[in-house]
Amino acid sequence: MPLLILRRLGNTVPTIVAVVLVIFTLFSVIPGSFTSAGDDGRVLDAQVAERMRKELGLDDPLHVRFGSYVANLVQGDLGTSFRTREPVTKVIAQRLWPSLKLTIAAMGFAILVGVPLGFIAALRPGSLIDMASMVVAISGLSLPKFWLGLMLMYLFALTLGWLPSFGYGDGGLRHLILPAVALGVSPMALLARTTRAGVLDVLNADFVRTARSKGMSEYRVVRWHVVRNALVLVLTTIGLQFGSLMGQAVVVEKLFSWPGLGSLLVDSVFQRDIPTVQGSILVIVLFFLAINTLVDIAYVIIDPRIRYG
Amino acid sequence: MRRLLLAATALAFVAAGAAEAQQTPRKGGTLRMTAPYGASLGSLDIHTTPRAQDGIAAKILHRTLYNWDTQNNKPVLELAKSVSVSADGLVHTFKLRDDAFFHNGRKMTADDIIWSYTRIMDGSKGYPGARYVRIIKGAVAIEKGQAKELAGLRKIDDFTLEMTTTSRVEPGFYFFGDTTAILPREAVEGGNFAAAPVGLGPYKFVEHVPGSRLVAERWEKFYKPGKPYADRVHLLIMGEAAARDVAFRNREIDTSILGPAQYVAYRADPELSKGILEVAEVFTRNMTMNPAFKPFSDKRVRQAFNHAIDTDLIIKRLARDKAYRATSWLPSASPAYDKTMKPYAFDPAKAKKLLAEAGYKDGFEFEWTTSQNESWGLPIVEASIPYLSRVGIKVKPKLVETAVLTEVARSGDFQGYITSNQTGPDSLATLRCFDSRTPRTACNYSGFNNPAFDKLLDEAAAAADEASRNKLLAQANAILYEEAPVWFFNYNKAVMAYQPWIHGLQANATELAHQYPEDIWIDARSPVAK
Repeated sequence: MPLLILRRLGNTVPTIVAVVLVIFTLFSVIPGSFTSAGDDGRVLDAQVAERMRKELGLDDPLHVRFGSYVANLVQGDLGTSFRTREPVTKVIAQRLWPSLKLTIAAMGFAILVGVPLGFIAALRPGSLIDMASMVVAISGLSLPKFWLGLMLMYLFALTLGWLPSFGYGDGGLRHLILPAVALGVSPMALLARTTRAGVLDVLNADFVRTARSKGMSEYRVVRWHVVRNALVLVLTTIGLQFGSLMGQAVVVEKLFSWPGLGSLLVDSVFQRDIPTVQGSILVIVLFFLAINTLVDIAYVIIDPRIRYG
Repeated sequence: MRRLLLAATALAFVAAGAAEAQQTPRKGGTLRMTAPYGASLGSLDIHTTPRAQDGIAAKILHRTLYNWDTQNNKPVLELAKSVSVSADGLVHTFKLRDDAFFHNGRKMTADDIIWSYTRIMDGSKGYPGARYVRIIKGAVAIEKGQAKELAGLRKIDDFTLEMTTTSRVEPGFYFFGDTTAILPREAVEGGNFAAAPVGLGPYKFVEHVPGSRLVAERWEKFYKPGKPYADRVHLLIMGEAAARDVAFRNREIDTSILGPAQYVAYRADPELSKGILEVAEVFTRNMTMNPAFKPFSDKRVRQAFNHAIDTDLIIKRLARDKAYRATSWLPSASPAYDKTMKPYAFDPAKAKKLLAEAGYKDGFEFEWTTSQNESWGLPIVEASIPYLSRVGIKVKPKLVETAVLTEVARSGDFQGYITSNQTGPDSLATLRCFDSRTPRTACNYSGFNNPAFDKLLDEAAAAADEASRNKLLAQANAILYEEAPVWFFNYNKAVMAYQPWIHGLQANATELAHQYPEDIWIDARSPVAK
C-alpha cells in the first residue's frame, strides 16, 4: 500500500508541473494588467502605474518572472498579492477553510441524497419512484447553479424566512445550507444517475443471479454483492465530483457572498492580480489531484482485484 | 362630536411626535452597508489601493484633510478648522483640528499629515494618491529619490501646517480622496496595519472576514459632537446585484447600489420606490475618436457621429433611464458645468450632410473597441450600429476586456473606443486631459490639440477667484462640445436603494457608494435597531 501511495503521488508531479507552466504562461500573455484594471472609469495616474509596474515586476522579461516564480514556488512561496500586498499563501489560507467547508457540505448533501435515490430507483426499475427520482436527477443536472441559488434564496430566505439569504455569518450551519444545496444539487443528480446505472448493471450480473438461485434473500444479495460491486462506480463519480467542486463553486460563492477561493479567483482575474490567480488555481488543482489519489487508493481497499501497474 | 375631536387631536399629536422622532437623529443600532464592486476588499491600507470598493471601507475608518460636501458639490475642510491662502494662491496655511484622535488614542498633529503625504510619494512604491500629493512643492523630488522631506510642507506648530503648491490650485480637490487619508505612522510601521487598520474615522476597526464583511464600532473620541449615531457598521461584501436584491427585500441589508434591471423593478414597486437615492455621478460615458484614423480627423465627421445616433432613445430603452444625457465632457456635478448647453440633436439628415461635406458621402467603416459592460459596452455599440449604418458609417465591433481598455487608450491602438471616464469633480484637472501638452499616456487619449482650448485652461489656472475660473472652464468645455473629440453619450446616474429606517444618506456625486457613515442614523424600525 505505501508503494501504491508513493506511485500515485509520483504520477501527480508531471500534472503539477504542466499546470504551473500553463497557468503562468496564460496569465502572463493575456492582455491587461493590474495597473490597467481600474474600476468603472477610475484609471490609475500614468506615472503611478509605471511605478507600480516596476514595484510589482510587471515589466521584467517573461523568463525572469517565471524563474523567480518557480524559485519561490519550490520554497512554498506563492508570491505577493498585487491587491492586498500580502503573501498569497496568507490570502488563500483565509479563503481555504470556507471553501472546504462549502465543498464538503455540498458533497455530503449530494451523497446523502443522490446515492439512496439511485439505489431505490435501481431496485424498483420502471416504478413511480424510479421515474420520480430520475426526473429529480435530470432537473438537478440541467438547472444552472446561479438560477437555482436565486430560487433557493427567494424560497427559503425571502418567502419562508427560515434561512439567511447570503453571507458567511459566524461560519455556522444556517449560512451554509443554501449555498451547499445550490452547489450540491448537480453532483447529487449525477450520483443518483450513476448509482442507478451501476446498481442495475450489478443486479443483472451472473454472480447475482447465482446468489439468488442459491436462495439468498434479496436483502443479503443487495447487502453483500450489489452494494460492494456498485460502489466502485459510485466512488469514481464521488471522487471526480468532489475534486472538481471547489472549482465549480465560483458561481455559488459569488452569488451567496461566500468568502471562498472561487470568489477570490473571480475577483483576482478581473483585477489581474496574477499571483493570487496562479495560487488559487494551483490550490484547486492540488485539491482535485489529492481527492483523486485518495479515490484510487480507496478502489484497492474496496475491490482487492484492482491493481495498478 | 367633542370626543371625536379630542381623539383626532390626540392622534394628530401622536403622529406629529412620531414624525418628529423620525426626524431627530437616533443613537444606536447597526448600520448594514454593502460593498457592491466585487467579491472582496483589496487592502485595508488605504494608501495602497485606488479601488472604489476600498473607498467605502475608508470612509468608515479613515479621514482626509478635506471631505466632499455632497450638498454643495465642493470640497470642505475636515481635519482643519480654517485655511488662509497667500496672495499668489500658492501657500495654504491650515489650522488643524486639535480634537482628532486616532483609534489608538493618540491625537493627530501636523506631523501625521506630513508623514502620510511623504509616504504616499515614496518612489519605490506605486501609491495611487501620489497623483494628488504631487501638487505639493518638492513632492516630485521625493518620488525621484532626490529628497527625503517634502519641501512644500512645513509644520509651524502641532496644529498649524503650511502647504506650498507648485501652481495655483484648490487643494480641496486633491486631498478629499481616500488614497490621501491621514494615517498614524506608528501603526503603519507596526507591521500589521493592513490586517488591523487604525484611522481617524468615526468607526474603529473590529474585524475583517476577507470576502465576507468588515465590522467596525463607534469611535467614542470622534471629533464631531454626538456623532456617529450608529453603534456599529457592518460593511457586507456583495458583488452580485441579484443577491443584493433578495437580501434588501429580506431586510438583511440597509443599502444597496442598484443596476439597471433592479432600478426598473424598484421604481415600479410602490414601497421600494420610496427609498431610492439618485445622483448624477462625475463619470462621462463616451466613445473616443482617434484622429489618427483619417475620417475622425475631420470635425464634421465627429459632429456627424454625434448627430447620427438617437442617444436619448438608447438611454431610455437600453440604459433603462439609469443615465443622464451628456451635453459635453464636464458632468452636471462639476463646478464649471454650463446648464444652458444642449446635447447634440438626433438628426440623421444633418449627419449625412456633414459627412458629405467632409468627403464621406458614401460613409466609411471603422473598428469600435468595446468591453462587455452593460452600461457603456457592447450592448450600447450594438444599439448604435443601425443608426450609424443609416448614415453610411459601418461598424466592426472589437470586444476586449475592461482591464484592457486603458492599455488600448494609452497605446493609441484604436479607431474608436467606448468607455466611462471619471470627469470630476475638479473641472480643471478633468479638462487638462484635452490639453495638447498632456501626453496620450497620461489621459489625452484622443490626442486633442486646440491652442484656444489650451489658452483658456492656462487662464483658468491663473484665475484668482473661483467664479472667473469656472467661467473660463465652461468656455473650454464649450470648445470640446463644438470639436466633439468623442461621442457624448451619458453621465452615470448612480442609484442607491435604502430601507425606510435609514436617514442621513448623502447624494455623493463623486461616488454614491462612498457615504460618510457618521451622518447616517437608524430609526427604531430597523431589525437591528438595538
